[in-house]
Amino acid sequence: MAIVNLQNVTYKYPLTDSPALQNINLQVNEGEFVAVIGPNGAGKSTLCYTIAGFVPHFFKGAITGTVEVAGNESSKSSLHEWVLNVGLAFQNPFNQISGAKYTVYEEIAFGLENIGVPRDEMITRVEDALKLTGISDLADRSPYSLSGGQQQRVALTSILVMQPKVLVLDEPTSQMDPIGTREVFGVIRTMAEKGMTVILVEHKVEWIAQFADRVIALHEGQILLEGKPQEVLTSDLLREKDFGISRYTSTARKAQEMGLWKKDILPVTLDEAVEGFAPTTSTGSVHRLLSPEGRGKK
Amino acid sequence: MRIEISNLYFTYPTGVEALRGISLTIELGEQVAIVGQNGSGKTTLVKHLNGLLRPTSGEVRIGEWDTQEHSVAKLARRVGYVFQNPDEQLFSKNVGMEVAFGPKNLGYNSEQVQGQVKDALAMTELSDKTETNPYDLSPTWRKMVALASIISMDTDIVIFDEPTTGQDAVNVARIANVIKALRERGKTVITITHDIDFCAENFERVIALSQGKVLLDGKANEVLGQEEILATTYVDPPQLTRLGKRLGFKETVRNPEEFLAALKK
Repeated sequence: MAIVNLQNVTYKYPLTDSPALQNINLQVNEGEFVAVIGPNGAGKSTLCYTIAGFVPHFFKGAITGTVEVAGNESSKSSLHEWVLNVGLAFQNPFNQISGAKYTVYEEIAFGLENIGVPRDEMITRVEDALKLTGISDLADRSPYSLSGGQQQRVALTSILVMQPKVLVLDEPTSQMDPIGTREVFGVIRTMAEKGMTVILVEHKVEWIAQFADRVIALHEGQILLEGKPQEVLTSDLLREKDFGISRYTSTARKAQEMGLWKKDILPVTLDEAVEGFAPTTSTGSVHRLLSPEGRGKK
Repeated sequence: MRIEISNLYFTYPTGVEALRGISLTIELGEQVAIVGQNGSGKTTLVKHLNGLLRPTSGEVRIGEWDTQEHSVAKLARRVGYVFQNPDEQLFSKNVGMEVAFGPKNLGYNSEQVQGQVKDALAMTELSDKTETNPYDLSPTWRKMVALASIISMDTDIVIFDEPTTGQDAVNVARIANVIKALRERGKTVITITHDIDFCAENFERVIALSQGKVLLDGKANEVLGQEEILATTYVDPPQLTRLGKRLGFKETVRNPEEFLAALKK
């Protein structure tokens, strides 16, 4: 059942002429992990703000169509009711950190304090969340003394601790090291498997391919493509419209032109690339040596 | 203009020991990428190069200048630093003024300022945006303004702190072009990055930091091939390097050309 339901949503920021989102129709099921990709300016962050209620409640502007989450309609709800269902982690963690708290531990507890969660429950939830995202050892540090990637983990944790039905993440790993990114994707995947609905904006397509159920490609405020990760992420259309694509995909495409990639579908992940490039016999490069292209050019 | 760092230690006032004995030399005209896990000391290290931070012990020299003995303002003649977040460094009412601020402040005459500004704007593809307020531009273009405002100072050494964060493919290519242009002019470029594929495709030397120390330092192909050691500082080798390894290539490949050449063999 769709927990997020956008019908014909068009939105213009105040004082702008062209819509940031245009005629968006999007249904996301409970527990689904949807990734949103697109070049800068495609409307990815605006879509996040819309699902999270910041559009139109905070940014104002003109919105048409309907935005529903868990059966409530955004235009008929207040932002403070809305945030109980939807949590948003901003692109820049500096914008997320409250500035009102001295330690990471207190920062994570801040949202729970605001909604009046009892002290004992608050402690359990904060400690569980810190453990989940692997930052228990940062609990006593000031949020401002942390590196960018560490701050992003704090921002994510401060949303997870609220246990929203829908988690909206705007490039949550942009400042993280690669293995940290993989860990955080693992955490997000686990949350989705436990029933949390995840909508994630991300440039790192090889991770999307491994973790997301569905990919939405946004371009100039409209949905250009949607479908299974490998279908969308290897589409020729993405290359034409300046989307970021995996090195595995772009290199296999070149190899295909040279006759060195034989499969119909292009790879997005390492495993898919290995499978497609590996020689058909287990002993090595017989297949490649015999291919006419390889022989001709060597 | 050689950079010489010897036995550098740095402890923040909070007691966090961020750098623990770093020694390295970077020659004029080198293109160096610094990689390593969050909190490994990358930003702390580069902030020592323009004097934003001073060693707790050890020494940092920019040419013959010891950074302990010179002000940030003076070091700015030799070292330009582009912050990770452009919004921390932009303040002027239009792009032209923003980009002219640095060289004016360094005391260049108006002809020189004009020339350097024009050059920096061309390099960052901003020539048609001089009259625009930086905050009316998209974050992507604001990033380019931040780059231009440092490049216009024409320093021998330019530092980029995570230039590709949050940038789309088109802008990452633009940033790679800027780095290439600086290389052609003989500038030293030092870049902190988590984008290991960007690192592999644009830098000849890679330094991996771990827990405030140098873990690896060498030619990109040598460093990026060391999967197990890199994993200790939370870095994965580039995509095509990993693919080459899995396919049993003997050499370390790090870009599509090298990969396809090895594949044909």
